Amino acid sequence: MLRYALKRLISLLVSLAVASAVIFAVIEVAPGDPASFMLGVNAQEDTLAALRAELGLDVSKVQRYFDWVGGMLAGDFGTSYTYRTPVSQMISDRLWVSLPLALYALTLSTLIAFPAGIYAAARRGKAGDLTVMGATQLGIAVPNFWFAMMLVLVFAINLRWFNAGGFAGWDKGFWTGLHSLTLPAIALALPQAAILARVMRSSLLDILGEDFMRTARAKGLSRRQALWRHGVRNALIPVLTIIGLQFSFLLAGSIIIEQVFYLPGLGRLVFQAISARDLIVVESVVMLLVFAVITVNFLVDLAYAAVDPRLRSRT
Amino acid sequence: MNLLQIDDLSLSIHGSDILKQISLSIEPGEIVAVTGESGSGKSMTALAVMQLLPHGAVAEGTIRLEGQDLLNRPEDEMCALRGASIGMVFQEPMTALNPVKTVGDQVMETILVHKAMPRAQARERAQEVLRRVGLPADRFPLSRFPHELSGGQRQRVVIAMAIALRPKLLIADEPTTALDVTTQAQILDLLKGLVREFGMGLLMITHDLAVVADMADQIVVMRHGEVVESGATNHLLRNMQHPYTRMLFEASGHQVTLPASVKPHPLLEVTNVVRDYRQPRKRLFEAPGHYRAVNNVSFTLNRGERLGLVGESGCGKSTLTRAILGLEDVQGGDIRLDGQPVFSGHSPDLAVRRKMQVVFQDPYGSFNPRHRVARLITEPFHLLETPPTGSGRQDRIAEMLSAVGLSPDDAGKYIHEFSGGQRQRIAIARALIIRPELILFDEAVSALDVSVRAQILDLLAELCAAYDLTYLFISHDLSVVRTITDRVMVMQAGQIVEQGATEQVFSEPRHPYTRTLIEAAPTLPDIGENVA
Repeated sequence: MLRYALKRLISLLVSLAVASAVIFAVIEVAPGDPASFMLGVNAQEDTLAALRAELGLDVSKVQRYFDWVGGMLAGDFGTSYTYRTPVSQMISDRLWVSLPLALYALTLSTLIAFPAGIYAAARRGKAGDLTVMGATQLGIAVPNFWFAMMLVLVFAINLRWFNAGGFAGWDKGFWTGLHSLTLPAIALALPQAAILARVMRSSLLDILGEDFMRTARAKGLSRRQALWRHGVRNALIPVLTIIGLQFSFLLAGSIIIEQVFYLPGLGRLVFQAISARDLIVVESVVMLLVFAVITVNFLVDLAYAAVDPRLRSRT
Repeated sequence: MNLLQIDDLSLSIHGSDILKQISLSIEPGEIVAVTGESGSGKSMTALAVMQLLPHGAVAEGTIRLEGQDLLNRPEDEMCALRGASIGMVFQEPMTALNPVKTVGDQVMETILVHKAMPRAQARERAQEVLRRVGLPADRFPLSRFPHELSGGQRQRVVIAMAIALRPKLLIADEPTTALDVTTQAQILDLLKGLVREFGMGLLMITHDLAVVADMADQIVVMRHGEVVESGATNHLLRNMQHPYTRMLFEASGHQVTLPASVKPHPLLEVTNVVRDYRQPRKRLFEAPGHYRAVNNVSFTLNRGERLGLVGESGCGKSTLTRAILGLEDVQGGDIRLDGQPVFSGHSPDLAVRRKMQVVFQDPYGSFNPRHRVARLITEPFHLLETPPTGSGRQDRIAEMLSAVGLSPDDAGKYIHEFSGGQRQRIAIARALIIRPELILFDEAVSALDVSVRAQILDLLAELCAAYDLTYLFISHDLSVVRTITDRVMVMQAGQIVEQGATEQVFSEPRHPYTRTLIEAAPTLPDIGENVA
C-alpha cells in the first residue's frame, strides 16, 4: 500500500511539472506579446515597455519559467496587473469561499446520492426505483441557475430563512459562514447528486449480478445483508471516479451559481481576470486549479486502493 | 426419512416451463448426481432447493429437507437454513468470492451470520475448515485475498464456506467444470471425503457423466426439464433404458475414425521458440523480472497430419498458439510455415499468415453480432490478393456452408439465430474458406455439450477426408485429443515434456506428468457390449 501511494505521489509530482510547463508555454511563450495583449491594441509604447519590464519579459523564457515556478513554491504568485494587489492574496481570499462551498456541495450530493442510488438498485424496476430515477432525470435536466433562483425565491424571499446572496465571511463564526453558503451548496449539489445517484445505482446493479452475491445469499445472508456487506464496497470504484470529477468541476465551474448568489469565489475571479486580460491572475488560477484536479485524482487513486485490495498488490 | 425429498417439482419462469414433475431423493451420506446437457434444468433444480430462484419463477410440488417443506418457507427462515443446513458450491471459483474481502472474513461470515458462535471461536472454526479443505493457515493465512489464490484454491475456499457449519446437505453445481483435470481430481476427492466424514448428503450437478460415474451413488439424467432416467449408478450405467442416456454416454466417449495421413512432409516447423513476458518491476531502479511462458519449444507438424497439444491452464499452450499465428512476437527461436518464417522482423508476414486460420473456443464471443453469416465467413478473404467476387464468392460461401453441414440459405442470417454448435460450424467454415494449409483449433469443442461436441468431431473427421486438413488441435480434454489427432504433444510449464503417436502416448505414457494427467482424467466405465 505504501509503495502504491509513493508511486501515485511521484506521478502527481510529474503531472504537476508537466502541467506547469504547458500552462506557461501556452500563456507566455506562445507567439504574440503578452504585454500588448494585456493592454490592448491602442496601448502607448512606453506603457508597454513598462509592463514588459514588470512582467520580466526581458529575461530568457527558461529563466522566466523557473522564476514563476520558484515564486509559486514560495507563495509568491506575482502582482495582479489590474488590481495591483498580490495574486496570492486574491486567490486565498476566493479560495476560502470556493473550497468550502465545493466541499459542502460535494458532501450534500454524496449524502443524497448514496442512499438514493442504493435504494433504487435494491428496488430495481419497482415504484421506489422509478421514483428515484424520475427525480434524477429531473435533477439533471433542470439548469442549476434556475433552480438557484427558485431556492432564493422560496427560502430567502418568502420564508426568509437565508440571505438571498453574499457571503458572511468566516470571522463571524463557522456556522454563520456555513449558513450563507447553504443555498448555493444545495443548488450546486442537486444536479451532481442526480448524476451520482444514477452512477451508484447502475454500478450496484452490475455488482448485484455478480457470482459472489449469489454465494453470499447461499451462505444465508438476506438480500439486504448481501447488498450492504458485499455489494456497496464493490460498487464504489466508478462512484469514486465521478466524485473526483465532480469536485474538480465544483471548485471552478460554479461561476454561474457564484453570480446568482453574489459570492466572491474563484469562478468569478477567473471570469473577471479574463475580461480584464490580467494574464498573471489567469495563469496562477489555472495552475491552482490544475493542482487541485491532480491532487483530487491522487486522493481518488488512494481511495481506490483502500476499497480494492487488487490495486494494492498489482503495483 | 430421506434427507432431501423432491416430489413433482415443476417450475416456470415468466410463464415458460423450466422444470416438469421432477422427483428425486437423497439420503444422509449419499451422493446423488444430476446430469444432462445445457438447458436441461439441472441448475434450476439446485437453485429451487436453495430457494434462490430468479425473479418471476413459480414453483409447484414439494421439496422437503428432513421432512420440512422448503417451497413455502418464509424468506427469513430460508436465510437461517442456507449456509447452516444447506451449503452450496458454485461452478466458477474465479468469481464466486468477493474480491475485496479476505478469505478468512468470507469463511467466518458463514458462521457469524448464523450467530453460531462468538467471533474468536468462529475464527478458529474458519481456520479449521480451511485446513480441512487443504489450505492450512501457515501457508494460506486468513488475511489472503481471493486474487492471491489459484482457481483450485479458490474453489477450496468456496467449499470451506459451504461446509463451515457442517450442513446436512451440500449442493455442488458443476464444482470442477472450470478446473484443470488434476485439480478436478483433487476437488472431487475432497468432496467425497467430506461426505464420508460428515455424513452429508451431496447433490452434485454436472454435465460430465465421467465425473460422476465413479463417485455418485445415484444418477438422475435430465433433459428439457424432465427426469428421463434415474437409479443407482452402476445399475443405471449398465442398463440404460432411455435413448437419451445412451446417447449421452456414447457422445461422452465419442470416437471418430480419421483418414490415414499422407507421407510426412514438414509444413510447420517450430524451432527453439521462447516467449518471455516482462513482469512489472518490484522496485523503482530494479531490472524488471521475466516470466518465460514458452520455453525452448521445438516441433514439426507434417502436411496432412493432425497434431494435438494438451496441457493444463497456464502451461503456455495458448501463448504458443498465438506465436504460431504471428499474434505475439517471440524472443527466441524460429517459426516457419512451408519453409517461410511467420515473422518478418517483428511483424507477421502476410503471405505466410494467409496460409493459417484459427477456430477459437467461445462460439458466442468470436463473431461480430452485427454482420450476416456471409460477411462473417468471408472475412479471411481480406488476406488474399485477389479475393473472389460476384458469383465466385457466392459459390464459395454456399460450398463452405454445405461442407460444415449448414444450408447455403443461412448466409443471410445473423449469428444470434444459431445455436452454439452451429456457430462453431460457422467458425470452421470461416477458417476453411480460404483453404488454409494449416488450421489451429484452440479448445474449439470445449464449450459445447457432449452431443454437439460429438457432431463437431464427426464433422472434423469428414472434413479431413474431403479437404486433407492439417491441424494443430489444442485442448485440455484428453479424450477428445485422443480420438481427433494422430500425434500428440504434452506441455507443462512452457515446455513440451512428451510427444509421440497419440495412441502410444495415451497407452504408454513415459513422462510422469503425462501419467498424472491421464490418471486424473475422469473416465467412463467400460461397459461396452451392454450399450447397444
